Amino acid sequence: MEFSILGVGALTWVTFLPVVGMIIVLMIPKEQRNAIKWSSLAFVGLQLIVAFALVMKFDKGLAGINTQEGMQFVEKATWIDIKSVAWFGRIHIEYLLGVDGLSITMVLLTALISFVAVISSWTIDKSLKGYFALLLLLDTGMMGVFVSLDFFLFYVFWEVMLLPMYFLIGIWGGPRREYAAIKFFLYTLFGSVLMLLVMIALYFSVNVYIDANGVMYSVTEAMQRGTEGLEKIYTFNMLQMMNPGNFVPDSLLAGLDTSWRYLAFVGLFIGFAIKIPSFPFHTWLPDAHVEAPTPISVILAGVLLKLGTYGIMRISIPIFPDAMIHYAWWIALLGVISMVYGALVAMAQTDFKKLIAYSSISHMGVVTLGMASMNTQGMTGAVFQMFNHGTITAMLFLIVGVIYDRAHTRGLNEFGGLMNKMPKYAAIMSIAFFAALGLPGLSGFISEAFSLLGAFQTFRTLTIIGAITIVFTAGYMLWTLQRVFLGTLPEKWKDLTDMDGREMVMLVPLAVIIIFLGIYPSPVLDLMNTSLNHLAELLHTAQGAVMMGAR
Amino acid sequence: MTEQILHDLRLFYPETALVLAFLAAIIADLIFRRSTKVVAFVALAGLAVTGVLVLGQSTMHASIFSNMIAVDSFAFFFKLLIVFSAVLIVVFSLSSAELNSAGRRLGEYYSLLLALTLGMMLMAGASNLLMMYLALELSSITSYILSGYTREAQDSSEASLKYVIYGSLSSGLMLYGISIIYGMTGSLDLYTINQVLAGGEVNSLALLIAGILVIAGFGYKISAVPFHFWTPDVYEGAPITITAFLSVASKAGGFAMMIRFFKVTFFDSSILTLPEGAWESVQGFDWVAVIVALSVLTMTFGNLVAIWQNNLKRMLAYSSIAHAGYMLMGIVVLNNEGLAAIMLYFVVYLFMNLGAFYIVMLVANKIGSEDIDDYRGIGPKAPLAMVALSIFLVSLTGLPPTAGFIGKLYLFAALLNSGWVWLAVVGALNSVVSLYYYVRVFRNMYLRSDERHSNVSLDFSFAQKLVIMFLLVPTLLFGLYFTPLVQLAQASVKIFGTP
Repeated sequence: MEFSILGVGALTWVTFLPVVGMIIVLMIPKEQRNAIKWSSLAFVGLQLIVAFALVMKFDKGLAGINTQEGMQFVEKATWIDIKSVAWFGRIHIEYLLGVDGLSITMVLLTALISFVAVISSWTIDKSLKGYFALLLLLDTGMMGVFVSLDFFLFYVFWEVMLLPMYFLIGIWGGPRREYAAIKFFLYTLFGSVLMLLVMIALYFSVNVYIDANGVMYSVTEAMQRGTEGLEKIYTFNMLQMMNPGNFVPDSLLAGLDTSWRYLAFVGLFIGFAIKIPSFPFHTWLPDAHVEAPTPISVILAGVLLKLGTYGIMRISIPIFPDAMIHYAWWIALLGVISMVYGALVAMAQTDFKKLIAYSSISHMGVVTLGMASMNTQGMTGAVFQMFNHGTITAMLFLIVGVIYDRAHTRGLNEFGGLMNKMPKYAAIMSIAFFAALGLPGLSGFISEAFSLLGAFQTFRTLTIIGAITIVFTAGYMLWTLQRVFLGTLPEKWKDLTDMDGREMVMLVPLAVIIIFLGIYPSPVLDLMNTSLNHLAELLHTAQGAVMMGAR
Repeated sequence: MTEQILHDLRLFYPETALVLAFLAAIIADLIFRRSTKVVAFVALAGLAVTGVLVLGQSTMHASIFSNMIAVDSFAFFFKLLIVFSAVLIVVFSLSSAELNSAGRRLGEYYSLLLALTLGMMLMAGASNLLMMYLALELSSITSYILSGYTREAQDSSEASLKYVIYGSLSSGLMLYGISIIYGMTGSLDLYTINQVLAGGEVNSLALLIAGILVIAGFGYKISAVPFHFWTPDVYEGAPITITAFLSVASKAGGFAMMIRFFKVTFFDSSILTLPEGAWESVQGFDWVAVIVALSVLTMTFGNLVAIWQNNLKRMLAYSSIAHAGYMLMGIVVLNNEGLAAIMLYFVVYLFMNLGAFYIVMLVANKIGSEDIDDYRGIGPKAPLAMVALSIFLVSLTGLPPTAGFIGKLYLFAALLNSGWVWLAVVGALNSVVSLYYYVRVFRNMYLRSDERHSNVSLDFSFAQKLVIMFLLVPTLLFGLYFTPLVQLAQASVKIFGTP
């Protein structure tokens, strides 16, 4: 399906609108603060509109995952094309964008969270111009990762996010911002160099044929067609990497269940697990969250963490299904440890933001567990949980921001009795907290239930242990509500004001989404269902192949 | 005979032009005693003519003066790189406060710079051990003087002296190695040596010793660990323009010479069963192990020590040691792919490293310091220059979408394609380490503030901004569209006398 606006593909628009915004922001003189804010908002607003249009036009019947025909809104152009020389083959890198059920929800989430983040940035005071320019660049990086179907392009977008994030935490963050920013940077770079090496190894392991017009044929297609006029090349095309028939015999990553394939899978997994962040790679997250300004926390929790699980489902599983099957139990274990550990640590926090940060680790553990279940139900739960966690945690961080802007403290024990003082705030916060603890009727419940149900079919004991987390989560969430809203109002907070219009504008829509999807989740579930079914089937087929090989 | 020499001279025009420019610079210095700028423009003109003449040699494939100097596309590439960076260094020198401070005569500075360039160009083409030694000495002796040029500065004199001592030691070692090779093979010509070695009648222990001694000479030029000891002091003490020049062009010359020496001498050109572009060693000894050790030591040491540096110039010195280590990885794979990766890396390295040095120089002009701590809070005061410095440093780290990423990508690709997975992992982890110290610079620039420089203006002239842009645009552009880079590198791997 094609969808273009003014002759340029919609996915290019949705990805690069923020960069256009960035250029415009950079051209506005820094004294015109309102112009900078409003033009940033305009561009993320446009991005959101395009994202909505994409969702509307999205064909729910197409699977995608590993076929280009199943991908929608595909845009393809030759980016790098270097003719072969005697000792080195032709290099052909494509600008290849497309979405399927897995990524379309993430595209919507990214646009939504970026929009909310820009509204919540209204109170930023220090070097406004630089702030919005970096924020918009970050937006493009995130969106780009979700729509890329070429590994090289994916990697470039992946890395483009690092520097803006470093500066956004480092310049506009709290007291320990330097430490938090560099920790984030080093952790993620460590993960991404591993990913880079795997990417190169995959490049040299995957062969395809290409004709004079730049049309790619997989090895099987080329054999059927005959190879006249075709040139054999290596490729970064992710979809071709997912086709086992394209692997060069005797290359590093060819075959099934080889130790190199396991190693490559682990390398990729570490790169992605750092972003999730899964235990034991999680320690950068609490620091980053506590120090980051509110809008950046929102983006970090709302979108950035999803890149990790998205990467595993987009790249690791379809390219290395054999290794995924091999390591599924371990991944599920890491997920369960993250769930339990995150919840227990969250319970011990007195800093509001740190509590939410650890609850994020716990909730992302649910995603990891659901994903590792390898069945449709679990994976649907995982992707839906990614979406819901994005909206719920974004709300939670905004809520922290609201109280921090007024009280300039995040100490939970310092509050009490705010219910009557800030009724609107109490209502919004209760919705978010109940959604986070998985109350039926709110979106978090559905996705967690799906994830756990799916996981239960695959890993019984692990899931039962993980399910205990729900009790812990309810514990610390309710306790927090109690500490903030009930009891007596301390003398020093008697001048606190309730939320203003701007804060309502960013929080109410998120609350509406959470309630709506809690009652009627189908609009989002339908988007992803076909694709995730296909992914589960792909794993099933691979399992068959592995068992055949074992025999 | 005469005819042959005359014919060969025609292929020696670029070097000849440079010699004439050298003489013209001296004469210009005598005539225009008042204005030092005249000499600089004479030097620029000379370099421009040399550059044009070099461009004419892009497809040549010959050897001149009885195999003394090869004129091939490999030499062409490095000569172009050296002349190009020399042009930039002259431009840098024009706005260096350190050099242009009152009462210093700069006539000799520019003429010596031309002599240094000549030495490096000869290094790129030398295919006879004697010629190699002469070229190395020509460039070394001129760099001794240039690195001590601001002689009233104490560390400049110290740097110069250290440079002389280490330089003489390693060139002595190299000469000794050359004499052993001559004793065993009866020739100084690389091609003849190769044939004798292929005959297999040479004592391999003696060859090993001789080879390592010769490597000491190259290692000193490219500042590979353990021959690097002079580098930090010289880079810190020398005028910043010379530091920049040594870190790029001198390394290029050293690498060119080292690669040619290895490929022509030790690798068999007669075996036809190899995949195209691969090299095969003529002797049983495993030279690759030596290079691997050098490479791992060099990059790891350079990066780990750079973390502790407080002087930006010194930090860049250690970072340049680390970059030499990365580039050495390209030799390990022993094929044209690795060679092309090194060459591509050099082009990228030229832009990003010279860019970083240039901005450090501009800032030093204004605040009189190269201490990283003195960079506190200056980021917002000079938006273009500081954003540019950040981008150069990010590129040195090797993050996309900068050209530095493409350089690293090609090196790692060459390694992985030949099965050197562990070395690629070491290289990749090294680039994570390097991030830490590069980030320190922009952490000080943007994340911290300091009132000390609140009165200092960091406004740079339009011409200076133009130079920054000239280095910045390729650093970003080649990161996104690297086709021309790869094509240039692929076209330049042909070494005379090898398949």
